[in-house]
Amino acid sequence: MNKSRYDAIIIGAGHNGLTAACFMAKAGLKVLVLEKNDYLGGAAVSLELHPGWTYSNCSYVCSLLRPEIVRDLNLPKYGLQVIPYSGGGVFMQNGDHLCNYNDHDAHRLELARHSKKDSEAYDRYSTDLMRQCRFIKPLLMRMAPDPTSFKPRDLGELAYLGKRFLDFSEAQMAETLRFWTMSVAEFLDEYFESDVIKAYYAGSGIIGTALGPMSPGTAYVLLHHYMGEVDGNIGAWGFARGGMGSISKAMAACFEDHGGEIRSGCGVDKVLVKNGRTVGVVLKNGDDYYANTVISNADVKHTFLDIVERDDLPEDFVRQVERFKIRGSSGKLNIALDGMPEFPQVPKDSPIFNGDMHFTDSIERMERGYDDWKNGTWSKDPYLDMLLPTRIDPTMAPPGKHYMTVFVQYAPYHLANNESWDGANRDAFAQTVFNQISEYSPNFKDMILHYECRTPLDIEREAGITEGNIFQGELTFDQLLFNRPVPGYAQYRSPIKGLYMCGSSTHPGGGVMGAPGANAAREVLRDLGARQTVRGY
Amino acid sequence: MSKSLSPKTPEILSARPRVNAGRKPTPFHARQVEKSETNDWTLWAGYSIPNSYTSVELEYFSIRNGATLYDISPMCKYRIKGPDAERFMNRFVPRDVRKIKPGRVAYAIWCNDDGHVLDDGTIFRFGPDDFRLCSQERQYAWLMDSALGFDVEILDETDDIAALQFQGPTTFAILEAMGLKGVETLKPFDLQHFSFAGTELMISRTGFTGDLGYELWIEPGKALELWDALMAAGADRTISPVGSLALDMTRIEAGFIQPAVDFLHAEHVVRHTRGRSPFELGLDWQVDFTKGHFTGRRALLKEKEANSSRYCFVGLEIEGNKPAHNALVYHKQKKEIGHITSAVWSPTMKNNLAMALLQRPFGVDITEDLWVEIYVDKELKWDRVMARAKIVDRPFFNPPRKRQTPPARF
Repeated sequence: MNKSRYDAIIIGAGHNGLTAACFMAKAGLKVLVLEKNDYLGGAAVSLELHPGWTYSNCSYVCSLLRPEIVRDLNLPKYGLQVIPYSGGGVFMQNGDHLCNYNDHDAHRLELARHSKKDSEAYDRYSTDLMRQCRFIKPLLMRMAPDPTSFKPRDLGELAYLGKRFLDFSEAQMAETLRFWTMSVAEFLDEYFESDVIKAYYAGSGIIGTALGPMSPGTAYVLLHHYMGEVDGNIGAWGFARGGMGSISKAMAACFEDHGGEIRSGCGVDKVLVKNGRTVGVVLKNGDDYYANTVISNADVKHTFLDIVERDDLPEDFVRQVERFKIRGSSGKLNIALDGMPEFPQVPKDSPIFNGDMHFTDSIERMERGYDDWKNGTWSKDPYLDMLLPTRIDPTMAPPGKHYMTVFVQYAPYHLANNESWDGANRDAFAQTVFNQISEYSPNFKDMILHYECRTPLDIEREAGITEGNIFQGELTFDQLLFNRPVPGYAQYRSPIKGLYMCGSSTHPGGGVMGAPGANAAREVLRDLGARQTVRGY
Repeated sequence: MSKSLSPKTPEILSARPRVNAGRKPTPFHARQVEKSETNDWTLWAGYSIPNSYTSVELEYFSIRNGATLYDISPMCKYRIKGPDAERFMNRFVPRDVRKIKPGRVAYAIWCNDDGHVLDDGTIFRFGPDDFRLCSQERQYAWLMDSALGFDVEILDETDDIAALQFQGPTTFAILEAMGLKGVETLKPFDLQHFSFAGTELMISRTGFTGDLGYELWIEPGKALELWDALMAAGADRTISPVGSLALDMTRIEAGFIQPAVDFLHAEHVVRHTRGRSPFELGLDWQVDFTKGHFTGRRALLKEKEANSSRYCFVGLEIEGNKPAHNALVYHKQKKEIGHITSAVWSPTMKNNLAMALLQRPFGVDITEDLWVEIYVDKELKWDRVMARAKIVDRPFFNPPRKRQTPPARF
């Protein structure tokens, strides 16, 4: 029996668990990270499933990762390089396309091909979005204040929030409240008239969400995808060189450099609680490790419904956790291609191929795809977020070959009639995606050397996220800020003393951001009275 | 009702630059025009070269991610040959030229008799009596003056050689794909000759980006063929040309100083106090007092013995993400102690980097409580920010792939 003692144990080596681990090791604590898989990273991984090809198996692009974290942990020193991409666009059913240009005026001219009015409305649209980003960005690396608390820190944080809100004009305040609650379709209607332009921008409002573009709350999801940055270019996205696993690798190297210890292949079975206090964990293999501080990187449902005993938890807390929405809504295909597939309706040198490509040219088609999800099946005309990282990153496949990542919206976790994803349904799901791409690329199917199809069930099995929801919980207003994940427990602490949460189920939510991990570490270090290594407030 | 007037036939914007008198095209000009989307040109020593081709940001990342071509043909190139060549070069620069073996390249600075730096550059040694000096600024007059009494021949080869800086993590794989056998053996600062397109192509593992990379030297008539061969071999390895603006970002990340930016040619300054000694530019390692006489030795020895250097040159990491261009540096936010000479927000390091000239003892004996005054434009309202600065070692960016031999393929 292993009786090793640590200052803190972190369950799960996802990017948030590793972020928290790094800051705590930097503070001089003896920290152990336990990972159930044989590899690190959770949903930020790079795996070679076909010889010569590296897949970013789950998350596939990077923008939200907070630059403060990259800098404070000096991740570039440990090998992290994030390379921005530009371009992308929509292939349209009428044979035309919409391309996204890096250059402002080139972009305007392209939008004007579809609508002259929209091409100019775009500037107002991006200014309004930027204003919302500016409002929300400082909140990411702060604890969400509890509005019911009279603690000086909560009051201070609330005052800060209020002060920022008062920076808005009255009209902007009204806009902000509407924005946080309205649907992405309505929001875009206020600026644009062209179907394809609206469809292009609406995509960010539904990715990873079990809501349709016409569902209230999706405008915020769009903001969530916009508020990232690659070097101050708000809204820019990039590839982690070598795949998303490079982020986890750099974090792990930083952690170990500061004396941290990682054990992979060590799934945690139970958190040990004694008299309402955390004392350690037991692994599935029976080994146990002891620490008075345990931080779970797993989602809130998995943490409190699976690895904490019910009798250690208050009843109303468990009830709220049960009700927390983590719904499977998307799948993913990773494809090794023998060369660059042809898309005859777009010029070969178009920047469209360097960015996120889509085939959904109207919001209505997107909403119909959501109807399928509600009916317990995957979208028959899915919304795809397709990229060729190898157009930019030379490390992912042999020269001249390509790696394609296809994010697929929508795919339910529970199929109708209790059907199983395993077997025929998974194959049919993949074929649906291949067929859509083939409509625009006649030689696409011939180029496929290998592929990996991941349904919500597969993502749950591998990354451990309930229902395979990429955000560890919907990003709707009822599940944000002081309500994320559960009112009264939005500050990374749990009802059990010494047990904390640091995953995307907590404020400020999902995406490979690292903010929940850093914020959680800040709270833990405060409680322990250790040296504070996380900047902020 | 007014009506706007528009030309009957819309004017077509041409990417063709105006190559005016005093702005010579380089041997790569034709290809640069083809690749230029921004039509953004700058001057370098009388030549037109691109500031950018498409987007400075994307070009910057190409240098750190793929392979990039940057035209360094305007670089001044001087051949120094003859029985006294080694003696001459050894007197010319403060470092010991005898230690530079044939087939090697070395970074060097050179000074006037006041011990003030004139320029920096690279010395290529081809043989016992055969050198090439490359520099950003023109040095022919100074070289000729210095050559009095030496049996050497000095030739300005600037227009006889076309040159490309070929930098980035996939550059080795591309040279290898071009069939240049032996390129894998090149260590940093090695040079080697290859046959290419019926002529001689010289490759040195040198550059200004602090990354894996090479400089390629060829006769001007074969310049376009070289460009095309690189672009063809690199087509599947993310290759692109880059302009001066992107290169400058990597130059600062690499911690390299640049003449006319971080210091001025001591013979070209009006105010005598503007000359800088190697000790004042962090170039102590360039000065070898044990090798015998060199230009500036007496003054530098005196400076060293009297500990009379006025300045020191440091690398800084600055709080926040606003680059500290042209900013003043303060001690305890009050006492002005120097200024920033180069600054950049480093997209790779995610750090706000700068190089600064500080008045001693600041930067040497007093290194804490340093601040930089930055002016920030917030939608045409200017804010003054006092940002804390920390002295750090250069190079700021120093990846293992820069040194690895044989290099990695990406």
